[in-house]
Amino acid sequence: MIKTALTTEIPIRPDRRPATLLDQARWLVETHPDATTIVFVSREGERLITYRAFFHEAARYAYALESAGVRPGDLVVLVLQHSEELLYGFWGAMLLGAVPSIFPFLSDKLDPERYFESVRSLIALSEVKAVITYPDLEPTLRPHLENIPTLGAILNVEHLAPGGDVAAYLARNPAQADDTAFLQHSSGSTGLQKGVMLSHRAVINQVASYSAAIRLSPDDVIASWLPLYHDMGLIAGFMMPVLQKIPLVLMSPFHWVRDPKILLHAITRHRATLCWLPNFAYNFLATRIRDDALQGVDLRSWRAAINCSEPVYAESHRTFAERFVAYGFRPEALTTCYAMAENTFAVTQGGIDAPLTLDVVDRRILMEERRAVPATGDAPAVTMVSCGRPILNCEVRVVDDQRRDLPERHVGEIALRSDSMLTGYYHRPDATAEVMADGWYFTGDMGYLAGGELYITGRKKDLIIVGGKNIYPQDIENLLNDIPGVHPGRTTAFGVPNPQLGTEDIAIIAEVDTEDPEQRAAINREIRARVAQSTEATARYVHLVGPRWLIKTSSGKVARRANREKFLKEVLGQNGGD
Amino acid sequence: MKDKLRTYITTELIKDPTYPLTDDEVIMGTLIDSFSLVQVAMFIEDTFGAHFDDSELTVENMGTLNKMVANIQAKLQS
Repeated sequence: MIKTALTTEIPIRPDRRPATLLDQARWLVETHPDATTIVFVSREGERLITYRAFFHEAARYAYALESAGVRPGDLVVLVLQHSEELLYGFWGAMLLGAVPSIFPFLSDKLDPERYFESVRSLIALSEVKAVITYPDLEPTLRPHLENIPTLGAILNVEHLAPGGDVAAYLARNPAQADDTAFLQHSSGSTGLQKGVMLSHRAVINQVASYSAAIRLSPDDVIASWLPLYHDMGLIAGFMMPVLQKIPLVLMSPFHWVRDPKILLHAITRHRATLCWLPNFAYNFLATRIRDDALQGVDLRSWRAAINCSEPVYAESHRTFAERFVAYGFRPEALTTCYAMAENTFAVTQGGIDAPLTLDVVDRRILMEERRAVPATGDAPAVTMVSCGRPILNCEVRVVDDQRRDLPERHVGEIALRSDSMLTGYYHRPDATAEVMADGWYFTGDMGYLAGGELYITGRKKDLIIVGGKNIYPQDIENLLNDIPGVHPGRTTAFGVPNPQLGTEDIAIIAEVDTEDPEQRAAINREIRARVAQSTEATARYVHLVGPRWLIKTSSGKVARRANREKFLKEVLGQNGGD
Repeated sequence: MKDKLRTYITTELIKDPTYPLTDDEVIMGTLIDSFSLVQVAMFIEDTFGAHFDDSELTVENMGTLNKMVANIQAKLQS
């Protein structure tokens, strides 16, 4: 192991890749035990965690899991809030060579019965060996998990068996480079519906290539409030900084969403240089903090604000820069990234070495001919923000629906091939075969290439992205069919851009017979309640219409896109389009 | 106070001024999402002069119109 010249370079680089995440953990504990890996920010203040303390705690989880019968390769599910326990449990499983996966935590919005049932079915189907949760959730969770023969143990973070020697675990080396390190969730799916299997090799390769793309250096400090069940939070906001010995200032998403200023104060205090944000967060930060709460904020250290995981709006960048230039924010720090769990994280990155490229294209040609032609004269135009170039060892193609290459500036499906791709979807060879062929992963996202840079025009099959959260319209529509008064199969859901918030709103149209205002109000309420309880997102527009309002296809299905156009035009008075 | 809040929530957040929002209806979660909490708190502060800390923005405190009004009044009296 190389131990010299590391003061000026980050440890994982294209020319220096440890074989596994555990090799890197051992190096960190042996050579930098007293370095701070994480500063955990909560309402009570800040807690500094050194590498020694971090892996010592992780070893307690490893020991508890091992005592409960968990072996290398077993699947471990974490049903924990954004907390230190979640971080330790995740690494504790990996120390054993087991495979951790983070399950979204029960929030007060979700319907508990539905939530526990989904936990049960996923745990049974995926042959999960152990579940780690909190004392207050355990009594409720336990009865739902009875009679699952494959489930060995439900561990409670407050009653872990004492023991666990970190050095002994790190000396064991239970994993090989091609073993699965952990599972991430594919967009729009929760839990293990589509668990993305990532090998140690893939994760290390991603960290090496992406660190190079963002010019990561030992002087960097990363600040993050992102949830860890999402690739942006798990990789950029946890794994990469821990592995690269970059201090991570970590906040909880539940805390941040109620008090957004904490991010900017944390960046100020710790001179943070990097922060990843979904697009809506730019609008949220710019409009939901009062001037008096920004006293003392100094953003001069922030070298890259990386917009990722939602469609990027040029307007959101403008709004953000206008508000925060007075606090030292540099507009050239606005950068973009296109990423997905299936590539571990990043596919492209823009705006690091040169300002972001904006492509002003003719709106009509883009919509109707699916070509991105630079706008001329007075023709209505749309400003596309580049997502940059592919990172090292990652190739990007744009293909038609026969998977044939398209020329530059033609909109098609984005396909990629890299050394940080998924091994497959866990227990889902069918789903894997659908999206992978000849070493290429077909993303389902739409976009075009111009001058070597990638522009995203649309996400996977009508996917709605609300505040960074991915929701499939089919999942919403399926919830509504048995609501009394709603015509089964006569509903549709889609996303409507909300430029003010920098994200999409969920809109739902349902055909109903009744004209009675009270009955309609009851249906309206029921639709909203079901959407919130199962997706944790809010339906902004619930539009009840009479029979035969919805446009159908020749085969009798509700035509989602056509109805979206109709809604935008007739109800919101817009001209349609994206 | 209650009607001002009702109008704000139905027009600005639910985007449906005709929505028959009742006094005891659970607003948080079903009608508005967590991203809107700060917005509601800012509206309350601007309109009624009552300040809520982030830790007070909970379903127990702000879940329904009745709860919001009771908590705003308690703030203003203290």
